[in-house]
Amino acid sequence: MLSVERIHSYYGKAHILNDLSFEVRRGEVVALLGRNGAGKSTTMKSVMQLLRPRQGQVTFQGRDLVGEPAFRVAKCGIGYVPEDRRIFTDLTVLENLEVGRQPRREDAPFWTQEQLFEIFPNLYERRANRGKHMSGGEQQMLTIARTLMGNPALLLLDEPSEGIAPVIVEQMAETIKTLKEEGLTVMISEQNLHFARAVADRAIIIEGGEKKFDGSFAELEAHPEIRDAYLSV
Amino acid sequence: MAFFFAQFLTGLANAAALFLVASGLSLIFGVTRIVNFAHGSFYMLGAFIGVVLMDLLPGHVGFWGAILLTGLAVGLIGALVEMVVLRPIYRAPELFQLVATFGVILVIQDLALMIWGAEDRLGPRAPGLRGVWRIFGEPVPKYDIVLIAITPVILFALWYLIARTRLGVLVRAATQDREMVGALGVNQAWLFTGVFALGSALAGLGGALQLPKGGADLLMDFNIIGAVFVVVVIGGMGSLPGAFIASVLISVLNVFGVTYLPQSTLVLMYVVMAVVLIVRPYGLLGREEVAGEHGQVGAPETPIRPYGPKGMALVAVLLALLALLPVFAEPFVLTLVVDMVVFALFAASLHFILGSGGLVSFGHAAFFGGGAYAAALLVYHTGTPMELAFLFAPLAAGLLALGIGWFCIRLTGVYFAMLTLAFSQLVWSLAFQWRSVTRGDDGLVNIWPAEWLSGDITYYYFALAFGIGGILVLRHVIHAPFGYALRAGRDSPRQAEATGIDVKRVQFAAFALAGAMAGLAGGIFVFSKGSVFPTELEIAKSFDALIVVFLGGVKTLAGGVVGAGFMTVVEDWLVRLEYWRLLLGLVIIAVVILMPEGIVGTLRTLWRRIRHSDEEAV
Repeated sequence: MLSVERIHSYYGKAHILNDLSFEVRRGEVVALLGRNGAGKSTTMKSVMQLLRPRQGQVTFQGRDLVGEPAFRVAKCGIGYVPEDRRIFTDLTVLENLEVGRQPRREDAPFWTQEQLFEIFPNLYERRANRGKHMSGGEQQMLTIARTLMGNPALLLLDEPSEGIAPVIVEQMAETIKTLKEEGLTVMISEQNLHFARAVADRAIIIEGGEKKFDGSFAELEAHPEIRDAYLSV
Repeated sequence: MAFFFAQFLTGLANAAALFLVASGLSLIFGVTRIVNFAHGSFYMLGAFIGVVLMDLLPGHVGFWGAILLTGLAVGLIGALVEMVVLRPIYRAPELFQLVATFGVILVIQDLALMIWGAEDRLGPRAPGLRGVWRIFGEPVPKYDIVLIAITPVILFALWYLIARTRLGVLVRAATQDREMVGALGVNQAWLFTGVFALGSALAGLGGALQLPKGGADLLMDFNIIGAVFVVVVIGGMGSLPGAFIASVLISVLNVFGVTYLPQSTLVLMYVVMAVVLIVRPYGLLGREEVAGEHGQVGAPETPIRPYGPKGMALVAVLLALLALLPVFAEPFVLTLVVDMVVFALFAASLHFILGSGGLVSFGHAAFFGGGAYAAALLVYHTGTPMELAFLFAPLAAGLLALGIGWFCIRLTGVYFAMLTLAFSQLVWSLAFQWRSVTRGDDGLVNIWPAEWLSGDITYYYFALAFGIGGILVLRHVIHAPFGYALRAGRDSPRQAEATGIDVKRVQFAAFALAGAMAGLAGGIFVFSKGSVFPTELEIAKSFDALIVVFLGGVKTLAGGVVGAGFMTVVEDWLVRLEYWRLLLGLVIIAVVILMPEGIVGTLRTLWRRIRHSDEEAV
């Protein structure tokens, strides 16, 4: 579904992603693992074209994305949930959802506001509140719901468990499982191995912008040295 | 009491057009972050197009239809300007776009002159609304009452659009984080075009609506832009109700000002603005600008380094050429070079505060003209010897900058820019309206250099020595520890504070130094021309400096100086032509689009590329 081939991304002169390649197949949940600064967020941004890779290819459902503006990538069916959430703090919950709204897509689950309120009941209670008056966990749910309003076929979730209470993290894991059952393909980036193992089918580990591991969690269990070298547990 | 009330109504009626134009500007700024200087031009276009359409269309329906059609037409022109001029340069450094909008002003000025001629047009009366109504015995024009009734309707319609429609939600979201809006699948390009068109249409509507009270002339664009900026800043950038309250406040004050303090009319609104900003730094209903809130991550700044031996040699050769110029050049060339040096120092002083300090001042002419006026006033009123008066120019301008800076430095970004603009307008209106001291627009004349300096060649060397000297002082300061502190404050104020730099104090001192250097340029200027007029304090003069700094390249050392040289030569060439503004505007727009790093920046990039490909070939 998504294929990233040998991309190199830079911030100014800093070389962040170095010859990175991976695939995401339809229907799976993939976890992108690595330490702080390993290049996880940069990978997400490079897929989304918020950062244009200087070399390499990003193909989504047969379509080359490199050089496209971000809005067109979104229209192709990739939903992006940024690490820093970036909700519109001056807008209410309902208005935030409205910004994300896009027409129904054939190849992806369709979400109505009501369905999203079923998954995220807190949001319904706070629907008329402004974004800035919400807790970190609520903001995290809002940013996911907002992206789902675009009916994406592939969801990029950048560090969904970061900075939220453990109780909410569990809830988040349930949510991701629900999304998978609905037929959504998901790629999450994580530092938290336990969370990743709970929700994902496969792990990709990067370090210094290079891929170090790509395989099932069972394989990862079998090689604790990989885990010790590239993840801080 | 009745008279009072009638005056109040007149003020309310005047607020209508002002509010329309200001709300458009505020809307455009909120979403695109573009300070659209050309907004006054759309207002002027609205007036001219309105006159034409009202002539064509008869009766009630014709009159009101003409106003709506004018809004539509100006909206389309706005959309065209956005797509052709601004769309290619959204990724350029912040505020670079305002130079392009200044190019647009010039183009529209000359196009209007070509199409409608230089004569002022009187606006037609609104059919059925020609007379007056008596309110408490005082006559109030019927059309005024209609305007008073229309304004809240427009405010409500705009509020509805912004608060209740999907477009409004997207606009507000984009005001906060436009990159994220794009990542959610919204095509920002069309959103920007739409907002720009809407804002322009509002300005056009304002121009057409005021016709029965005023008319159409070629000075309308600059005449309103000052008031519009004041309104937007007093109300708070991006706040529609704020713009409404401020429009009413300014218009009503203006009406009373005309009646009771006629000599103060130009100053009054700037005084109000200064007072409001001192009490509420982000306007009545505005909110604080948070840096980096808009989802734009700029490339890190490349530090400016002193020139290497090659650069030094080039500068030395240029200086030697300038020193030898009188040997072989005609007198008019010397005069041109003096102009160039004056402009270069003026621009370099702005470049210093803008490039190294990160403080964009829209009112730098206050210090240039202030210095010129300070020297001229001394000579004119007290017969002070020229040498002393000349030294007084940078001193007075520096003191003025200390005074203005004290208020402005507390603000950042566009509020800082606007407040500097307001203060420069204050200085300008003083020079313009305090006739007993400044002789108003008759200017101060016969301000000649001392005898021993009065020859063309002698004054040339004098100007060269002080002009280049001033530029070298600025250059030295940029590479001194003070300059490092200033640049640190620009790039990361918090980090700088944490390392023990008092950022605001450093900026304050830099602002004063920039002011003094602009004043020095003004001093050289006034004794080379022998006269000074309020035009040297105008917005246009401040913009001239901004343009050359951006054209030359903000992020380069020589940007201001090269830009000033380029501009003086181009202007000297173009002003011989009839429609020189049109051409100059097009040149500016072309440079902005083709050389987003400025002239020096682009040349440097080209040079690196050439060298790079040489190395690869080897």
